[in-house]
Amino acid sequence: MTYSFTNLDALESESIYIIRETVAQCENPVMLYSIGKDSSVMLHLMMKAFYPAKPPFPLMHVDTTWKFKEMISFRDARVKELGLDLIVHINEDGVQQGVGPFTHGSSVHTDVMKTESLKQALSKYGFDAAFGGARRDEEKSRAKERIFSFRDVHHRWDPKNQRPEPWALYNGMKKKDESIRVFPLSNWTELDIWQYIARENIPIVPLYFAKERPVIERDGMLLMVDDARFPLNENEVPEMRTVRFRTLGCYPLTGAIESHAATLSEIVQEMLLAKTSERQGRAIDKDGAGSMERKKKEGYF
Amino acid sequence: MSYNLPSSHDPQAVMTYLSKHEHKSVLRFITCGSVDDGKSTLIGRMLYESKMIFEDQLLSLENDSKKFGTTGGDFDFALLVDGLSAEREQGITIDVAYRFFATEKRKFIVADTPGHEQYTRNMATGASTAQLAIVMIDARKGILTQTRRHSFIVSMLGVKHVVLAVNKMDLVDYSQDVFEKITDDYMEMSKGLGFKSVKSIPLSALKGDNIVQQSTNMPWYDGGALFPYLDVVDVGDPSEKIKPFRMPVQWVNRPNLDFRGFSGEVASGVVRPNDAVMILPSRKVSKIKRIVSYNGDLDEARAGNAVTLTLGDEIDISRGDVIAAADCPCDVADIFKLRVLWMSEKQMISGRQYIFRSATNSVVCTLSRPDYCLDVNSFEHLAAKSLELNEIGVCDAMLDRPVAFETYNDNRTMGSFILIDKSSFETVAMGMIIHPMRRSENVHAHKMDIDREARSSLKNQKPCVVWMTGLSGAGKSTIANALEKKLYGRNVHSMSLDGDNIRRGLNRDLGFTESDRAENIRRIAEVSKLMVDSGLITIVSFISPFRIDRQMARDIIGEDSFVEVFVDVPLVVAEERDVKGLYKKARAGEIPNFTGIGSPYESPENADIVLDAVAHSAEELADRLVSYLKEEGFIHD
Ligand SMILES: Nc1nc2c(ncn2[C@@H]2O[C@H](COP(=O)(O)OP(=O)(O)O)[C@@H](O)[C@H]2O)c(=O)[nH]1
Repeated sequence: MTYSFTNLDALESESIYIIRETVAQCENPVMLYSIGKDSSVMLHLMMKAFYPAKPPFPLMHVDTTWKFKEMISFRDARVKELGLDLIVHINEDGVQQGVGPFTHGSSVHTDVMKTESLKQALSKYGFDAAFGGARRDEEKSRAKERIFSFRDVHHRWDPKNQRPEPWALYNGMKKKDESIRVFPLSNWTELDIWQYIARENIPIVPLYFAKERPVIERDGMLLMVDDARFPLNENEVPEMRTVRFRTLGCYPLTGAIESHAATLSEIVQEMLLAKTSERQGRAIDKDGAGSMERKKKEGYF
Repeated sequence: MSYNLPSSHDPQAVMTYLSKHEHKSVLRFITCGSVDDGKSTLIGRMLYESKMIFEDQLLSLENDSKKFGTTGGDFDFALLVDGLSAEREQGITIDVAYRFFATEKRKFIVADTPGHEQYTRNMATGASTAQLAIVMIDARKGILTQTRRHSFIVSMLGVKHVVLAVNKMDLVDYSQDVFEKITDDYMEMSKGLGFKSVKSIPLSALKGDNIVQQSTNMPWYDGGALFPYLDVVDVGDPSEKIKPFRMPVQWVNRPNLDFRGFSGEVASGVVRPNDAVMILPSRKVSKIKRIVSYNGDLDEARAGNAVTLTLGDEIDISRGDVIAAADCPCDVADIFKLRVLWMSEKQMISGRQYIFRSATNSVVCTLSRPDYCLDVNSFEHLAAKSLELNEIGVCDAMLDRPVAFETYNDNRTMGSFILIDKSSFETVAMGMIIHPMRRSENVHAHKMDIDREARSSLKNQKPCVVWMTGLSGAGKSTIANALEKKLYGRNVHSMSLDGDNIRRGLNRDLGFTESDRAENIRRIAEVSKLMVDSGLITIVSFISPFRIDRQMARDIIGEDSFVEVFVDVPLVVAEERDVKGLYKKARAGEIPNFTGIGSPYESPENADIVLDAVAHSAEELADRLVSYLKEEGFIHD
């Protein structure tokens, strides 16, 4: 056997190191499980980091109640298969007020059902560290975020006041009421994620693969009619088109792309030749320069 | 234009590309340059050329160029990489950011850091994981003081390979003379910095000369463009292959009684089942049983692999211990000579305790005064009492227990550390172990037959320190005096240490800076501990204004023997009393750093007793202390 240590091996080791460091330094960590491909990779790394033990912390899904049905069934199957604990948190206040993307618009919906809901859940369970699957190549403000990223009592990020992280020396010491977001996938790129999924045979939600699905076209986005809550305008008739998703979120806010990529290698091929970046399918990133930074200061993950 | 991607829809070409990408090596580098040398432009250009930029990003770049841009007509590539809104508005890069791109041969991780002196810490952070540095120079300006500083910092952090990027060649008419002069100057300047390779390339980041391909604007240059050079430059360290095995234990994996594994990342060398290993600092020896992984047991693990090892023997091992090759174990020490870069707005306080974190270790340490502080521009050694933000110096550290280590030169992982403030938990410094100090080996604590217990049983009491803290004029000494008289009357053996008295003798060399105050408290705590060892009830009356120093006293003396008494009066009352006339002088500016006026008093959060010295007399309060000492069993009736 000739020994070779590749890009993916290096990324894997680094992530595992970060994950173990968090567990060694924090009292009550949780993994935020968003069910997407990055979460799937992170979950796989968690299994590796502690094998033969199970990850010594629960997973948590902040459910906005508007996720694709296939995401929820995939989530439940994965958790069962791996024998892990899952907390599902829903902002009940938001549910009672009937908050949803169609009635309240994407920004109120995201704010109440995702941002607020996440803060609620973290406070409720007293988690002092939350793993997230964000990558630095995704968005400009993320490129500067630390791997151990501190949040104050109100879960706010202060980009000007970040701890230096030289070498791989992570300082997880925190004051009462402070918490950390930990990003083990910081140094992965989208291509790395796909290649690792292929190499390790990691299951992902079928929505990433092209298939005939009922969609309508609205404001230049292809939206999938995932359930009866989708209010159709008079002239809108869902039609079956072969589409897939590059990112997953709430179905009314996530644009599909027309594609015939039905296998991993086809997806990667399409990605390499793509002319738009991954987050373009997300409604939230469209409000111009500095929007993500502002959202993060307010407590968006 | 497409530099690295297959342009056809041919699946076979994609698969070939992918398998190449998967087996690419990674090169981590840092870019350094002063403001406006064109660093952001170069990075933006590299991302663009390697197709890391998509149409939607180009669109928003076009928008942003109109809004913030400085380039007139051209794309302002710098805007692609200046991430935070604050810095785009100011047009500068203020933090460390990491960027990613790939060519056909390699994947690159770029640490993008600002160059100004006030950001030395950011540059050092970026350099800490870099294998190569791109040092940028504005061709019109040549080598500047900053160039020296940047080169020094990357060399200090162990970077061995440099690309000298002579930028803005378009503004000097692509002149060969300019380029060669700068190259010669740099070679001369960097002689002592220990670089193994320096490659000088003339470029224009803005126009794209010598980035991907050899530029036709500079026919006199035939040294190749930047990308092809980065693709092949050999940054490997040949000695890596022969380094002995070391793995700092990160996590003890104990899912059930039958399994006990030690998880960590191999810091150097190779390990295989049946290898003999030694655990440091305990020096116990065992054999590797299995290298456990999720994909099955492994035949070997090498530097960089995250693994879980099991051993042939039941040995007590915890996080922070190091598993090393038995025939070549690493050293263990508790006093070190360190090179330190201070990273906090709050200056270094010698004598104060910090948390020393190195690899997976976390121990308490005390720093000495710096031997010197380094002028990063002239490389001169300057005398210094302390280190301020962004200053680099050399000092000693005394750890509260020995740790396994290697010098930074031998091993970046085992020889690097950060220092953490014990109260704010801020990371205040980063540094490198230069060498251990052998002093500690010759000093052994001598075990005496007659110990604290024996001495105190003779006196029929349980010794402790009654530590009275509070503002000047709160009444500490008066209460202490009353208390000691009462104890004397009860045949209790006692001793009283008073701030003013000690400062006239033992501590007369100390002033009132934070650092001197810390040393003052440390000595008093050590003396009190000796008193307690001799069996005495020891009354200490010191302002001791800082929580962290009182905590240090508590740590030195021991939780069980430490009674913290807060003599509580409001500042206005103490100032009104002003028995010694000190407040008046302080208000007049004659006493700098006077507690309550020029320097803060931090009230205890969890004092054992709080004495209200406004409502009660010293006699009453002394009685309360006597009852407390009785209740807690320190003295008897
Ligand atoms: N003519 C010319 N201008 C350049 C070149 N590289 C950068 N600049 C300009 O120099 C200015 C500063 O560049 P920037 O990348 O922001 O510098 P940084 O502060 O080092 O990141 C900007 O106006 C750039 O457009 C170059 O190669 N040629």
